[in-house]
Parts: sequence; structure tokens; C-alpha cells
Amino acid sequence: MAQEFIQWLSHPGLNHFLIISGILFSFGIFAVLTRRNAILVLMGIELILNAANINFIAFSRYGTGTLDGQVIAIFVIILAAAEAAIALAIVLNIYQNFNTVNVDELNQLRD
Amino acid sequence: MDLFTIVFYFLAIITLGAGAVVVFSRNIIHAAFALLFAFFGVAGLYVLLMADFIAITQLMIYVGGILVLVLFGVMLTSQVLDVQMKSGTIQTFPAVLVVSALAGTLVGIFWSTPWKTTAAAPMEVTAAKIGEMLLTSYLLPFEIASVVLLAALIGAALIARREKNA
Repeated sequence: MAQEFIQWLSHPGLNHFLIISGILFSFGIFAVLTRRNAILVLMGIELILNAANINFIAFSRYGTGTLDGQVIAIFVIILAAAEAAIALAIVLNIYQNFNTVNVDELNQLRD
Repeated sequence: MDLFTIVFYFLAIITLGAGAVVVFSRNIIHAAFALLFAFFGVAGLYVLLMADFIAITQLMIYVGGILVLVLFGVMLTSQVLDVQMKSGTIQTFPAVLVVSALAGTLVGIFWSTPWKTTAAAPMEVTAAKIGEMLLTSYLLPFEIASVVLLAALIGAALIARREKNA
């Protein structure tokens, strides 16, 4: 068993990339769930999107052999850029109005 | 141990270590700079997966664009002169339970599923093929993405610049 595990460890393949993306995804979920600062929540979302992209590209490389996964990863990156711009604009606006960006203190839509 | 294995584990440690700092660091600036290394590690993993164009895109958009935006957000919304560059956490204990269950499930699935794989193709330049696919089979999503970006650009400028009592 131990021999098998070392053998598995020393030949990185599809599973290894998927496991890295799974751990990165869990980190992102943890940041989204526990962070009080809205910008750190956004960083967690970026980690989640990166984990999804690793999955797309790993399957594109080892699973299908075509480039469709890479094209979808490009769309994910495009949407991540749009999302970051909009979300940070909203956070700045919230900061101007409420003088805080802690998500647990923001409980009204207008002042 | 060939070179691929060594580089893979090096990049995996960078990515996951930096990701852990992003999640667990109490200092917002440390978290933002750790995000830089996480993005670099992911770009390296893309190179290992023979996705050269995506790796460059990752560096240009994530490191050059999104990370700078996030840093601006950190600087503009924290009292930098104050001692308060720290950020607390909430609901840590339930989150630890949920996230470890989630991580265990995901890693278990990824570990044990006998994925149907094909033999890895030799390295080739992907940019030309991706460009061709974007203008043929993915033309509609490509155009929609450009409209989304335009809308996001205008919307972000409008939201961030709004006067307080306009």
C-alpha cells in the first residue's frame, strides 16, 4: 500500500492536478465563509475560479485531448475580470456610504 | 523523479502555500501579496499542462489586472495610517467543519474515480488553434463576452464615481 502510494505520488497525472484544484477550491470556500472584509471574500472567489480553471485545463490535457477546455478557461478569466471590476466598484461605493467593508456589519441597502 | 515531477510539486507547494496564506493570514496586505504567488503557481501549472496561451493570459489578466484592482481596493477601503490593517474572521468553527467535509469529499472523488484519460499529446503551440476556435465554434460566446466586458466597464465606472447626494 505504502509502496503503491509512493509510486502514485511520483507520477503526476490527472488526479494530482484535480486534487490540487480541489484543495484550492476548499480554501476559497473557507475564505468566503469566514472573512469579514469584503475584499478578502473577493480574493476567495478568485481562488475558486482559479481552481475551476485548473480542472478545465487538466481535463483538456488528459481527458479529451481537444482545446475546448482551454477556450472555456479563457471565458472564465474574462468573466473573473468583469466580476472583480464590478465587485470592487460596489465595495468602494459601500465604503463611501457606510465607512466599513465588513460584511457582517452591512445589513441595510441604503443609509 | 523526473523534472516534470519535481516542477509539479514545487508549483503545487507554491500554489497551495500561498492559497493558505490568503485564507488564514490576518493581515490584508499579506493576503493580497500571497494571492500574487498563488496566481503565479497556477500559471506554472498551466504551463505544465501545455496550456501556454492560458498561462500568459493568466499572468496578464490576473496578476496584471485583477491583483492590481484588489490592491487598490485594499488601499482605498482600509485605514492604512491606522493600526487596523487586520481583518477578523467569523463563524470559524462551523466553516472548518463544512470546508473539511467538502475538501475530503472532493479529494476522495478526485482520488478514487478511474478517469478515462487519453495519452498525453506532444507539446504544440495552442494560440493559433485557440484563436481559430474563438472565431468559429465559439464565436457567439466570444461576442457576448465582449458585450459583457463593455457593460462591466461602464457599470464599474458609474458605480464607483457616483456622487454621494446626486
